[in-house]
Parts: sequence; structure tokens; C-alpha cells
Amino acid sequence: MKSIEVVARTVDEAIAEALHKLQADREEVEVTILDEGNKGFLGILGSKQAKVLVEKKSPLYELKLERALEFVKELLAQMEIPAEVVGEANLESVNLQIQGDGLGVLIGRRGQTLESLQYITSLAVNRQGGDWIRINLDIGDYRAKREETLRSLAQRAAMKVESTGRRVALDAMNAAERRIVHQELQEFGGVITQSEGQEPYRRVVILPD
Amino acid sequence: MKNLVEFIGKSLADNPDQVLVEAEDRGHETVYTLYVAPEDMGRLIGKGGRIAKAIRTVVKASAIKSGVQVHVEIDERH
Repeated sequence: MKSIEVVARTVDEAIAEALHKLQADREEVEVTILDEGNKGFLGILGSKQAKVLVEKKSPLYELKLERALEFVKELLAQMEIPAEVVGEANLESVNLQIQGDGLGVLIGRRGQTLESLQYITSLAVNRQGGDWIRINLDIGDYRAKREETLRSLAQRAAMKVESTGRRVALDAMNAAERRIVHQELQEFGGVITQSEGQEPYRRVVILPD
Repeated sequence: MKNLVEFIGKSLADNPDQVLVEAEDRGHETVYTLYVAPEDMGRLIGKGGRIAKAIRTVVKASAIKSGVQVHVEIDERH
């Protein structure tokens, strides 16, 4: 949190100057009046300048990021898994990455453990007041790699459907993974995709168009 | 393991001071019962048991290393 102390003739002037220096709006800051000041006799004798402390409040996502980092670090400590956690945040989401060796246990079968970790982190971070924010958790570059794998899998399956004229059902996937497959094949002429079955066995089926 | 269950429980409950974990050895597995305030049951179980399932997945993953079988139950604290 950025904060400055400003001395000026009046409280209002001091605040205005502080806002200018911090390049902030009035609602983005917290003001503490350290000294009301007084104009003194005829504005000369015994006059005292006003003094204010103006702090720029962190945006909500910064607080959520802090909370998320703290939560995941403590969770890993409790699981006795040595790993680093880094993150950044913006208006839309808090993005965390767990880094370290041998973290397969945190990913789990078909990324199930990772999904659970992300879900619990989101609940813990969004439980207390403030707006809900999306939490994205990754372990190493698991998600990026997985996405690449899914895209090439989708392409290969679609080519097979095209050449054989028969439908191909992919393995069961969660909603996010199915979406990647649907997206990948949107531009692929000659086939259509749809999801079939009930969670957690719901799968993408590719059909000749 | 007990601390992990307690930490997750306290992080999700509205009444963390009411969270209590009891461990019980049942032969080949250890059962951890997470007791929470009655009004927190929904927060710990979730729609269709989604939250409870996520908690179990994480606790089980943590148990893999130690090679023990664990089970997590969630119950109201009386």
C-alpha cells in the first residue's frame, strides 16, 4: 500500500495535493488527519499547517491474491509438500502457479486433484466479503501442456472420423477440457462435436457432418 | 493429516472456532471426522457433495506419500 504525508495550509488542500501526488481518486484512498492545523490570528500569528496521511487502498484483486497465496502456501505446508507458489492478479482473475519437482501427486489422475485444489482455494478466498473472483491454479505448466495434448488429440480423432465416416467418442473429460476440444474442432470442416453422458463420465463425441 | 483436515475445514467454514477433527483408526484405514457447526454443513458439503468430494480428493492425495488409507467424513457438531 502506497502512502504519503502532506502538509498544507488547510486539510482540504493537503488532501488535494496528496491525491495529485498519488494519482488517485478520493474513493481510492484512506485519509487520516494528523493535524487539523489552524489559520491563526489574521492568518499570521500562531498559524499552524494542516497535516494528513493519505493511503492508497489496494484494489480488491490484490487482497484476494494475497489471501490465495497465503492459503495455498499453508495448504502445501500442511500436506508436507515442499513447493513454491507464485501468482499475479487482475480485475478478472487471480492466477497462481505451484512450482517444484515431483508435484504429480498434486495433479492426480486426469488432473482431478488439481481441480479440487483450485476449487477449494476459490472457496476459501471468496468466502469472506468482497466480490467473487475467478481463481486459476496451475502446477508447473500442466494446464498449457494438457491443452496442447487435447488439441492434437482432437485433430487426430477428427481426421479419423473424416476418413472413416464413423463417429469417435473421446475419453471422459471435465467441462473445461471438453470446451477445449469443441473449440479446436469448430473450424474443422466435415465433422461436428457434441458432449454425451453424465458427469463425471461425460465425453466429447465427434460425428461426421 | 489431522491438521490438514482441520485447516481446510477452518478455511471454508463461517464458524472456524466450531471446527473440530477427530481421527479414528479402523484397521487398515484412518477415518477423519470433520465436525462443523450445523449452519456450516452446506459450506463443507456443497451442492451434490461437490465440496466434500474436493476435500476428500486433496486429503487422499496427501495420504499417498505416507502410504496410508484415509477417509474423510463431515458431520454436524452438537
